[in-house]
Amino acid sequence: MNVLNFMQSFFSDGSHWHGRDGIPQRVWEHVQYTAAALAIASAIGLPVGLVTGHTRRGGNTLAFLAAGARALPTFGLLVLMFFWLGLGIVPVMIPLVVLAIPPVLVTTYEAVRTVDPSPVDAARGMGMPEARILFQVEVPAALPLILSGLRSATVQIVSTATIAAYVSLGGVGRYILDGLYQHDYEKVVGGAALTAVLALLALLLFWAVGRVAVSPGVRRRRTA
Amino acid sequence: MAGSGHRLIRLRTLVHVIAPRAGKAVPEGFRRLIAIEDVSKRYADGTVAVDRLSLQIPDHSITVLVGPSGCGKTTTLRMINRMIEPSSGTIRVGGEDVRARPVNTLRRSMGYVIQNAGLFQHRTVLDNIATVPRLLGWSRQRARERAAELMERVGLDPAMARRYPYQLSGGQQQRVGVARALAADPPILLMDEPFSAVDPVVRRSLQEELLRIQGELGKAIVFVTHDMDEAITIGDRIAVLRTGGRLAQFAAPDEILSSPADPFVEEFLGSDRGIRGLSFLSTRDLELDRSRVFPVGSDRREMSGRAPEGAPVLVTDADGRPLGWADPGSWDGNVEALEPYGPVFEVGRDSLRVALDRTVLSPTGQAVGVDGSGKVLGVAGQETVAAAIRSARRRRAADAPQEAPAVKAGR
Amino acid sequence: MNGFFDIPSDLQHSYGGLIAVHMQEALVPVLAGLLLALPVGLLCVRHGWLYAPLLWTSTVLYAIPSIAFFVVLIDYTGLTQLTVMIPLCLYSLVVLVPAVVDGIRSVPEETNAAASAMGIGLARRYLQVQLPIAVPAITAGLRVAVASSISLVSVGALIGNQGGLGNLLTTAQLYGRPRLAVSSVVTTAVLAIVIDALLVLLRRVLTPWQPPSGRAAGRSGATPADPAAHTAEGAS
Repeated sequence: MNVLNFMQSFFSDGSHWHGRDGIPQRVWEHVQYTAAALAIASAIGLPVGLVTGHTRRGGNTLAFLAAGARALPTFGLLVLMFFWLGLGIVPVMIPLVVLAIPPVLVTTYEAVRTVDPSPVDAARGMGMPEARILFQVEVPAALPLILSGLRSATVQIVSTATIAAYVSLGGVGRYILDGLYQHDYEKVVGGAALTAVLALLALLLFWAVGRVAVSPGVRRRRTA
Repeated sequence: MAGSGHRLIRLRTLVHVIAPRAGKAVPEGFRRLIAIEDVSKRYADGTVAVDRLSLQIPDHSITVLVGPSGCGKTTTLRMINRMIEPSSGTIRVGGEDVRARPVNTLRRSMGYVIQNAGLFQHRTVLDNIATVPRLLGWSRQRARERAAELMERVGLDPAMARRYPYQLSGGQQQRVGVARALAADPPILLMDEPFSAVDPVVRRSLQEELLRIQGELGKAIVFVTHDMDEAITIGDRIAVLRTGGRLAQFAAPDEILSSPADPFVEEFLGSDRGIRGLSFLSTRDLELDRSRVFPVGSDRREMSGRAPEGAPVLVTDADGRPLGWADPGSWDGNVEALEPYGPVFEVGRDSLRVALDRTVLSPTGQAVGVDGSGKVLGVAGQETVAAAIRSARRRRAADAPQEAPAVKAGR
Repeated sequence: MNGFFDIPSDLQHSYGGLIAVHMQEALVPVLAGLLLALPVGLLCVRHGWLYAPLLWTSTVLYAIPSIAFFVVLIDYTGLTQLTVMIPLCLYSLVVLVPAVVDGIRSVPEETNAAASAMGIGLARRYLQVQLPIAVPAITAGLRVAVASSISLVSVGALIGNQGGLGNLLTTAQLYGRPRLAVSSVVTTAVLAIVIDALLVLLRRVLTPWQPPSGRAAGRSGATPADPAAHTAEGAS
């Protein structure tokens, strides 16, 4: 199997670029799944991570829950959800969210927890309310780490969202799975390449966000 | 109370109390006094950090809390702005219990400076300083203007305004920390070992800056340090605490040096407290000997005649500035051949400690005393200085704590 | 109860057998990954410029869906366990190399300086001074890598039943027996938790110099943050 050849022929095939099964369509679906899963995982993981990191309580419980969530096999969950909930978007979202929560949660917690306590103490002494301390002192300093947790989760989601195809949904995984069943290895390789590209794009996106959102005062410091 | 040399501040205090600023009917001095009343802090595991401490901290002065580790000085400081809550006892600011107001309101009315400055690394220097004004609702514009003012006041180059903390040296960061604490013009400043993390040279300059700023602003400063020398240098009153959080002595620095309350304080003062205490005695009344000072070109016989047998004489130039020592018997009149006169002391401004030091450094054992413009007023040997010390002490013992000379400990 | 443990014969393994296969397919690659990560991580620490490109590459590799990876390898390694294990080994690198790098970097400078000053050679220093101190960070990475690996093995079911306990998933669909799927998920999860606990225990045993855990434990101890996460910062 000449991987490069397959990749080339997959992408150069004009028909692959149009229609319901075209690359743009599949990529768009994949992006949607990823974004949705990331949004839900962040909605759960970020607040919990921020609060436990700031109050420094519940860290052990958090570690426990994260380890538990990581232990759940994603593919297994998918099949189970399929049995219980049938086809559709929810059976896919659940395993993806379970997969994405631990990196977001644990990294955010660690990020906030390990912020230099001096500025926090100074802020408290200045009469800053706790919430403001969290968002205006701790988060900016912890931002690089928080972003990297989100980035890691995103890459994992991009890669795993291919399983959506297993429950008859779309996304780039469609190529891989169809290719597997049809013995069309061009598709498999093409699908894999697309996933890798999407992951790369995600990395670039996070890099860009980091450059914009992270203060120069914080960015420079991290020359460890 | 005897201060350690803030004559300028004393005058300002009088002005403040007698002629309060327009719009403030009540003398501020009373309102801003901090009263620590029988305060204790006990922890769950039995540790007693502060043990029934009572202290009255006056306005317009620097009160230093000093002691070995575990003496509760930082705990005490942090109880004033309620970073730590006392187990028992009350703290009042201006007569009002600190628990009466919401805690953030209290904290915003006090400046808080900590070791390592605790600057917000993600904000520029200017925005760091502007923090409390912004918290109080000032517009960004006004807050930044104020921040720029303060940068100047603490001696920071305005070019630093847009820099980030990581680009600043330790000493500069500390100055930003002080500026930030002063931004909202709080009447009280709490400082927790602010200068301990910088090197000694930087520390000296920061201490001097603080004294200068205090001279201009006259705040009530509570300063925590473990360094007794620092306490003596900057404190108007010093509270020495012992391990276990109990007060050993609370007095002006020169009183502590001359009469430590107990062996613990004495030990904590370290060696040569006698000599260090001389920093607080002025050379104003030192009896200087003019008989051995001659301008260049004087007659040699006159020089040998007036001076005691064989003793060296001090040759000055036509204006009276010192040139060097000469042996009247053998000197050929050549200025180059004179022996260097070493460092001098300024009469009235320098302390007896300096004068004594100069006698030690002088090649002839005689210190050269000059006036403000550098002209020689006379010389003094060690015995003369010793006599001055004795009479100064007698004077102090006789009347109440005298007004200290306008000299800084250490000179 | 029967429905959970009654394994169809076409899987050619008993329940216990499936567990054994699954563990083998999951743990061996991680071990191999660790053996690779140790020298690679050291290289990255000594030659900092290597780190960023290496991370980006391994992240992109990690992004390649496991099923695609398996399929591509079929031509080379057939429908065997090896096909599953090779990609898993590569995946574990994404987590383990940063963990090793973090661990080595967590050794205080003074310790390194003292070791050199005593004349301890580089290799010895790595093995006897730096690695032991790096254990907390490395085990944190191992925990994540192992959990991920155990989870991914199940996907091997799609290529000729090489998924250990994952095979029960496809079988469950084939025979319409959801209980087998439950069995698969629960067993896999329990196994992952048990191995995780064992790793924590291992860490405690290997680091008697560290306070047990809870508040005293540093970042690399108590909570296994995703090592792939915070380290890729070096890349950005």
